[in-house]
Amino acid sequence: MSEPDRPRTIADLAREVRSKNAGPFWVTMELFMRDAAGYATVADPAYLDAPVIARLYDVAADTIQIFRIPELNVVKISFPRPVVQGSLRDRDIHAGQHHVPLALFPLPVA
Amino acid sequence: MTETRDSVRVLAPSGMLGGGFPPETITRGLDLGADVITVDGGSTDSGPYYLGSGTAKTAAAAVARDLRLLLRAAATAGIPLIVGSCGTSGTDSGVDWVAGITRDILAEEGLDLRVATVYSEQQAADLKEHLDAGRVHPLPPAGDLDPATLESCRHIVGMMGHEPIVEALAAGADVVLAGRATDTAVAAAYPLMVGMPAGPTWHAAKIVECGGQCTTNPRSGGVLATIDATGFTIEPLDPAVACTPTSVSAHMLYETVNPYSMREPAGTINVAEATYRALDDRRVRVEGSRFELAEQHTIKLEGARVTGYETMSFTAVRDPHILGQITTWAALLRRMITEWVTQTLSLSEDEYAFDIRLYGYDAVLDALDPDTRPPREVGVMLLVHAADQQTATAVAKIANPLLLHLPTPDMDYLPSLAFATSPAETERGAAYEFVLNHVVDVDSPTSLFRINPPEDRDV
Repeated sequence: MSEPDRPRTIADLAREVRSKNAGPFWVTMELFMRDAAGYATVADPAYLDAPVIARLYDVAADTIQIFRIPELNVVKISFPRPVVQGSLRDRDIHAGQHHVPLALFPLPVA
Repeated sequence: MTETRDSVRVLAPSGMLGGGFPPETITRGLDLGADVITVDGGSTDSGPYYLGSGTAKTAAAAVARDLRLLLRAAATAGIPLIVGSCGTSGTDSGVDWVAGITRDILAEEGLDLRVATVYSEQQAADLKEHLDAGRVHPLPPAGDLDPATLESCRHIVGMMGHEPIVEALAAGADVVLAGRATDTAVAAAYPLMVGMPAGPTWHAAKIVECGGQCTTNPRSGGVLATIDATGFTIEPLDPAVACTPTSVSAHMLYETVNPYSMREPAGTINVAEATYRALDDRRVRVEGSRFELAEQHTIKLEGARVTGYETMSFTAVRDPHILGQITTWAALLRRMITEWVTQTLSLSEDEYAFDIRLYGYDAVLDALDPDTRPPREVGVMLLVHAADQQTATAVAKIANPLLLHLPTPDMDYLPSLAFATSPAETERGAAYEFVLNHVVDVDSPTSLFRINPPEDRDV
């Protein structure tokens, strides 16, 4: 196995990044980081906060809830589903693929 | 059924009735002394269609396969079986569907179990009385409820807590088939009935609601939670699989808005102070969970209505020339469909709507997609929505020659694209949406539910 490239995105430091409906009207996402160092990076509000999430997902910042859970090296993000589940414009019924913009978000420049 | 005891063992074989589980998960659970078997039969997660149409997501054969094993186990061990949210959405038709499958199996297997049903479907007129009396409140992000919204629903269900299930058990039921219930109420009912404390019971119920999801291998089968006076212990029913403090506490993240606090009809589960401790390499002890009784008992409503009818077409592009300017091509397609529909069908833009999805390019994330590289091939889905099926299909048929032959603006010939099927159009029937995100204040936890106790057996 070759040396992995230098980490560039949140996904590179994460064990899993996932998204899912939390009931029909909310979506929730979790960043399961590999270790405390990766957690410290994404849990830093100067790097990842509600305005950043608002820009990534085109939602209002004041509707976003962020939970930082050091015991699990997890950051969890919830916000109201921007598109009504199952409507003509809903292209992800379970919201199961909406973690990708977050997973591919560039890490802070060291 | 009212004896007190030191602990109660809840066997949760899987996250969904009809989802399947290894038969060994039941054998092992009974060997470990299970006191009750609980399984969820539904969810809103797959969308509003199932509530709107009152039909199940699961195949009858899959539900029957799971139920046969569970009913045999309940009869063998002499312990109750509780199924919640029957038929995916928990409509009355869903309860009747599962009850019919249950009756057939009991007859085939010669099992003598007493079956109770609990219905949770609501009438718009009754709810309007609650609304008029100021007893209906929105949950975020919903606003105040318009009475017309209630009338527009095909089906409305209330999510029961544990109380109607307890009443059915107290009436002598061996099997309780419940309509829409909270995921947790199904597993919490029996332990609460026999005197287990609310904090550990509700937290354990949340942890077991998806079966093996709280273990290191979610596909391995079910789990057993042992609830007692000070907490609960959770273990997987596959001896090769483990529960770890991480796998158990991480389950509080799954499909929840807030991982520390969850509202039930009677109050709020609070796990902010809970501790997760490994007892050995595959069992976890959880203590410190709290349940805070609410001043007002509330029942959450779910409703689905028809928004119109849909017709879908699907074509595909492999020509690199078109793929190189796929967004320009899609914009042209959008404009041409609108023009042709206006000219041919004389429909105004508020009489129909359509979505063009470029699968393989940006269909899933659309404008949110961070990656804009040219695709290798693209599936083009046209989804048309209108007030009736005929109109939706007419729009799709108008679009058909465009989906077959539309060139990019710089091409001086007509390409032929790759339709996936003949005919290209598929009528999807009614389209539904969830419209209620509200709770009703109730004086009694059972008042919105109809409990049919088991019929007395002939002596």
